[in-house]
Amino acid sequence: MSATAPPAGALARLAPSAARRRRDMLARRIVMAATIVALIPLALIIYYLLRKGLGSWSPSFFTSDPTGNTFFGGSKIGGIKSAILGTIEMVGLAAAIAIPIGVGVAVWLVEYGRDSWFAHAVRFFTDVMTGVPSIVFGLFVYIVLVVGTGSTYAGYKGSIALSLLMLPIVIRSGEVVLLLVPDSLRESALALGAPRWRVIGSVVLPTALPGMLTGMLLAVARAAGETAPLLFTAAAANATTINLGGFMNSLPVQIYNDITKPTNAVVERAWGAALTLVLLILVLNMVARLVSRRNRLA
Amino acid sequence: MTNPEPRSKVAEMDPEGRPEVHRSEAAPANAPAGGLRQPIVPEAARAAEPEPDGGPAAAPAVQLDGLRAYYGDSMQLKGIDLEFRANEVTAIIGPSGCGKSTLIRCINRMHEEIPGARAEGRVLLEGADVYDSSVDVVAVRRAIGMVFQKPNPFPTMSVFDNVAAGLRLTSRRRQKLDEKVERALRGAGLWDEVKDRLGEPGLGLSGGQQQRLCIARSLAVDPEVILMDEPCSALDPIATLKIEELISELKERVTIVIVTHNMQQAARVADRTAFMLSGELVEVGPTQTIFTKPGDPRTEDYVTGKFG
Repeated sequence: MSATAPPAGALARLAPSAARRRRDMLARRIVMAATIVALIPLALIIYYLLRKGLGSWSPSFFTSDPTGNTFFGGSKIGGIKSAILGTIEMVGLAAAIAIPIGVGVAVWLVEYGRDSWFAHAVRFFTDVMTGVPSIVFGLFVYIVLVVGTGSTYAGYKGSIALSLLMLPIVIRSGEVVLLLVPDSLRESALALGAPRWRVIGSVVLPTALPGMLTGMLLAVARAAGETAPLLFTAAAANATTINLGGFMNSLPVQIYNDITKPTNAVVERAWGAALTLVLLILVLNMVARLVSRRNRLA
Repeated sequence: MTNPEPRSKVAEMDPEGRPEVHRSEAAPANAPAGGLRQPIVPEAARAAEPEPDGGPAAAPAVQLDGLRAYYGDSMQLKGIDLEFRANEVTAIIGPSGCGKSTLIRCINRMHEEIPGARAEGRVLLEGADVYDSSVDVVAVRRAIGMVFQKPNPFPTMSVFDNVAAGLRLTSRRRQKLDEKVERALRGAGLWDEVKDRLGEPGLGLSGGQQQRLCIARSLAVDPEVILMDEPCSALDPIATLKIEELISELKERVTIVIVTHNMQQAARVADRTAFMLSGELVEVGPTQTIFTKPGDPRTEDYVTGKFG
C-alpha cells in the first residue's frame, strides 16, 4: 500500500473540510432526532393499548355482547362480540360496494378516459373526496338516507358512508397500479388482434391484480377504523345481528360510547376494544404487504 | 450468411406439408366467424391462392399508397409509396427517428393507439385497404402480426398460456389449443427447448427464448404478414442468429417486414431493403443492390457509415 505513497497533500485535496464534516454530522443528528420524536407517540400508544387493553381481554370478552349495563361494572357489562361482527359485516358490505365501482373507475381513467377533460375532472374530484373529513360522509348519508327517507339508522347506511370513504382510495391506488402495467403488454395483446375489453380483462387486470389488492386492503383497513361515518348512520346496538337493515354495533362506535362512561370497567372495555381494532387493522396491513410483495410490477 | 446447417435441421422438424394443413384448417375455422380474411381479401385475390397440394402457401403482398402519419400536427411520414412483396423479407433501415417504426405500426393500425396519432393514405393488404371504413381493426391485426423490440411475454401467464393467449383473446369458442400451441412453438423453433416447461412462467425464459415465444404467440393466430420492430436489438448475437434463421424459415409462409438498426442484419435476412430518411422513402430495391450500388448518394452515405 505504501509502496507508492501519494505525494503530500494529494489526499487532503480530496478530503472534506472540517466545517463540512461538522455540518454533515449536525444534519444527520437532526434527522435522526426527528425520527425518534416521531416514534415516541407511536411507542406510547402501543404501550398504553397493551397495558390497559390486555387487562380486559378474556374469552368471554370476545364471545359476549355488551349488556347495556354501564353503571355497576364487573362482569355484568359484557364483551364486544357484536362490535367485532358488526364492523366485519358493515366493512364487508362497504367493500362490496366500493371495490367494484372503484376498480371500474380506475380502469376507465387509465384505459379510456386518459387525458380527456372528463377524466381530469374525475381525478380532481376523487382527490377532493380523499381529503373530505369522514364525518362529512356520515352527515351526507344521515341527511339523505336517514332524515331524507324519514326512517332510522341501519347497518347498510353505515356501509354506504364507509364505501364513500373507501371509493377514492380504491380509485387512486387502482389507477396508479394500472398505470404501472407497461404499455408494451397492451400493445402486444392488441397486435394479436384482441379487442380492447379482452386486453383489459385478460392481460392488464391480472398483471395489476396484486397491486390493486393492496390498495383495496388498505381502503378496508381505513374504513374499519372510522367512527364518524357510523355514528349517525348505523348508530350503536348491544345485540349481535346479521340484519344490515337494523341498528348495528361496530368497534369504533363502541369505543366512542364506552370511553365517555363514568364506570371504570366500561372504560377498560373501550381499551380492550381499541386493542382489538388495532390488531385487526394491523393484520389487514400485513396481508396487504404480503400481497404487494408478490407484485409483478414492482 | 445464415448458417445453413441449423436451418436444414429446422426444416426436418417441419414436415413439408405443414403450411397447407394449417391453411386448410384456418379457412373453414374463419368462415363462420366471417370477420377475418373475408372483408379485407377480395374474391379475386383469394381465388389466386395456390391449391392446398401445391408448394408453400402464398402470403399476401402489402402495398403502401401515399401513406402519411401524424403525431398531433407534426407529420412523421410524408407520403410513402412502397410494396412489400409476398413471401419476401423486406428490411427497413434508416437513422433513428426517420419513421421506420411509425411506418410498420401503420400497417397493422397500431399507430392509431397512440393518443393524438393518425394516418392518411392507403395500406393495401392484397388489394384491400386496411383503413377502409368497413374494415374491422381487430381483423386487420389478426391478419398482420407484430413482434416488438423488447420481448414482452405476458407476465401472469405460463409459456403455454402466452402462446395460447392470441387464440383465447381473439375467439370465444373453445378450441383445440394443445395442437396449435405446439405448432406455433415449433414454427418459432422453441418447442424442443420448452416442451418440458410449458407450465412455467413465460418470464422465466432467457431473453432470446422470450422473443421467440413472442414470435410463437403471433404465429399462433395464423397471421399472413408479420411485422418486426427491431426484434433483435435487446438480444445477444447467438439469440439474434436464431431469430434471423427463424425469419428466413418463416417467409415460406408469411410476408415479413423487419425494421432494423443493424445493417448487417438487413443484409443477412432481407430480400429487399428500403432506406428511409426524415419520414421519406429514399430508395428501395434488392438488398444486394442497396448495399453495393445504391442509386441515391444519401443511401450510399448511410450504408457506408458516413452518417447515422
